[in-house]
Amino acid sequence: MKSLKELEEIRQRALESVNLRKERNGTRIVVGMGTCGIAAGARPVLLAFLEEVKKRNLQDVIVTQTGCIGMCRFEPMAEVYKPGEDKVTYVKLTPEKVRRIVAEHIVNGRPVTEFTIGAADQQ
Amino acid sequence: MELYRAHVLVCGGTGCTSSGSVGIIDRFNQELEKHHIQNEVKVVRTGCFGLCEVGPIVIVYPEGAFYSRVKVEDVPEIVEEHLVKGRIVKRLLYHDSVAEDQTIKSLDEVGFYKKQMRVALRNCGVIDPENIEEYIAVDGYKALGKVLTEMTPEQVIEIIKASGLRGRGGAGFPTGLKWEFTRKAPGDKKFVCCNADEGDPGAFMDRSILEGDPHSVIEAMAIAGYAVGADQGYIYVRAEYPIAVKRLTIAIAQAREYGLLGKDIFGTGFNFDIELRLGAGAFVCGEETALIASIEGRRGEPRPRPPFPAVKGVFSKPTLLNNVETYANIPVIILKGPEWFSSIGTEKSKGTKVFALGGKINNTGLVEIPMGTTLREIVYEIGGGIPGGKKFKAAQTGGPSGGCIPAEYLDTPIDYESLTQIGSMMGSGGLIIMDEDTCMVDIARFFLDFTVSESCGKCPPCRIGTRRMLEILDRIVSGKGQEGDIEKLELLAKNIKASALCGLGQTAPNPVLSTIRYFRDEYEAHIKEKRCPAGVCQALLQYVIIPELCKGCGLCARNCPVGAISGELKKPYSIDPDKCIKCGVCMEKCRFNAVKKQ
Repeated sequence: MKSLKELEEIRQRALESVNLRKERNGTRIVVGMGTCGIAAGARPVLLAFLEEVKKRNLQDVIVTQTGCIGMCRFEPMAEVYKPGEDKVTYVKLTPEKVRRIVAEHIVNGRPVTEFTIGAADQQ
Repeated sequence: MELYRAHVLVCGGTGCTSSGSVGIIDRFNQELEKHHIQNEVKVVRTGCFGLCEVGPIVIVYPEGAFYSRVKVEDVPEIVEEHLVKGRIVKRLLYHDSVAEDQTIKSLDEVGFYKKQMRVALRNCGVIDPENIEEYIAVDGYKALGKVLTEMTPEQVIEIIKASGLRGRGGAGFPTGLKWEFTRKAPGDKKFVCCNADEGDPGAFMDRSILEGDPHSVIEAMAIAGYAVGADQGYIYVRAEYPIAVKRLTIAIAQAREYGLLGKDIFGTGFNFDIELRLGAGAFVCGEETALIASIEGRRGEPRPRPPFPAVKGVFSKPTLLNNVETYANIPVIILKGPEWFSSIGTEKSKGTKVFALGGKINNTGLVEIPMGTTLREIVYEIGGGIPGGKKFKAAQTGGPSGGCIPAEYLDTPIDYESLTQIGSMMGSGGLIIMDEDTCMVDIARFFLDFTVSESCGKCPPCRIGTRRMLEILDRIVSGKGQEGDIEKLELLAKNIKASALCGLGQTAPNPVLSTIRYFRDEYEAHIKEKRCPAGVCQALLQYVIIPELCKGCGLCARNCPVGAISGELKKPYSIDPDKCIKCGVCMEKCRFNAVKKQ
């Protein structure tokens, strides 16, 4: 170890390895992983969320999963909880849609209305 | 580095390891692979979570689900339900962590953790102790970097002095002063040592820190080395702590690899390295001069002080010697500042103290509380009270060197001065809770028996005096106590305290003195009435059959191994006290509760 800068670099790199273990109030992305969800392709969706979060180094976002949400025809589904905001439910997800959701909603705070359950219902 | 969506933290402290946590980790890894989610979920072996009573403990993040008493067979269910399908396995959750509305409480809300404040234990149960990067991620070695690049040694010592930190090994000497004495002692070569020879029966605070967060001690020792002007450190740890020794060895190797030990640390020209010294488990080696002798390779015997180690320590060079828990506090003090630290605690005792809570208590485990917390809060709020609704009788602090605190002092704030004032001591942190079924004479005898066998034998007051005291106590508990025995004990105690060579002998009579002080009536009952009020001392017990309750079934007589019970069927039986060996079988077998101990 030759400098504080070097230590800080290791710290930054290692931070995400322990960050998950803190009590946090950040954004929660919950992917439906019931049998219906998995059959409809929820796993690639979950992995896409993880990959995006990692790529953008988002510190205060957790990706987790839940069972069947009850509307199997809309799977794969995910719910996004941001502190102080209403829950947003996205339906019929694909890894491509996930990338847009992370960029527009998680990072910039603008829900992607066209992918939400409300939009799907009106069709 | 992979990004994991969930972390499974499995306790790898000694308690949970002995109840099978290694098997649990293996099974988790197998099951994760089976479900092909080993790249999404990370299994981490951490240090002690503190709630050893309900171990093995597994915590799953991000939900913070606190699973207790997990068995290897439970693992497939946790993986399949929780980690694959996202459904928490409610049946395995620690009962106090589930709120009334069935949601999971945050750990700070659980009764056991609510009143605690984890400073020395900050990383125990949070990071993987065998991975230096996880320690660095939680600001590890930042304090060392700050000290080496921004401060002079004198400034470091000023900060420690201003924080009000006192030695956590038991005596409570101001840490900053000790550092200053060592810095000012003349000498070209100096040493920094860590006392990890934790020997009190039932105490495991230091072990848990070494197992859960070894780097905090290494970092603090390097800081101390810079402050006092030493380039070599020794950690004296007992060989009976194999997990602690293994993790320390790994941690030291990793610190060297990252250049945090060795030459020219942080490019400042400061050199520091640490070696381990394993002790053979002699209690006296926790005494500083005996510890130093043992590090040097000599027999672990104390010598008179002064000169103190700060002047003449390891290899006759000025030596700084602090306890594990004291060191664990140092990096946080440097990073958060002395004002932060001194805002915790009482006027003269700053910061927190770790206690190993044991004995007759529901939540056996490791707790860290701010100084000034009362014993009542520890016993009833953190400890969850006494099993079976029994009455609190006394708490023993300081192990064989300490004393007991009776029920009337339950509201005493815990700090160095208040405990000394009521005849006990802070000690290193063993805290044994006793209920109404505990005989205080027997407890005093137990601790004295310990010190007698651990006395090194160098000075007569300790070698001979404590043995004479033990003989008197043996006599009292076996029903042969004589008038005047209590006074003899007090006189011997006074003389031993005044004349013994080291801390072991000087404090050995404390458990006897404090039990006499608060429970003299129990001693008198043993001596004068030949009776043990708590019903513990076998020799003073009599098993009798209450004629009114006895139905004359003869079950007791058939089970008595020595034929001490006789009688006629359907008439009350009786026990011959001369033949009775007090095994208690009759009491166990009787269906009518007609056999009583008295």
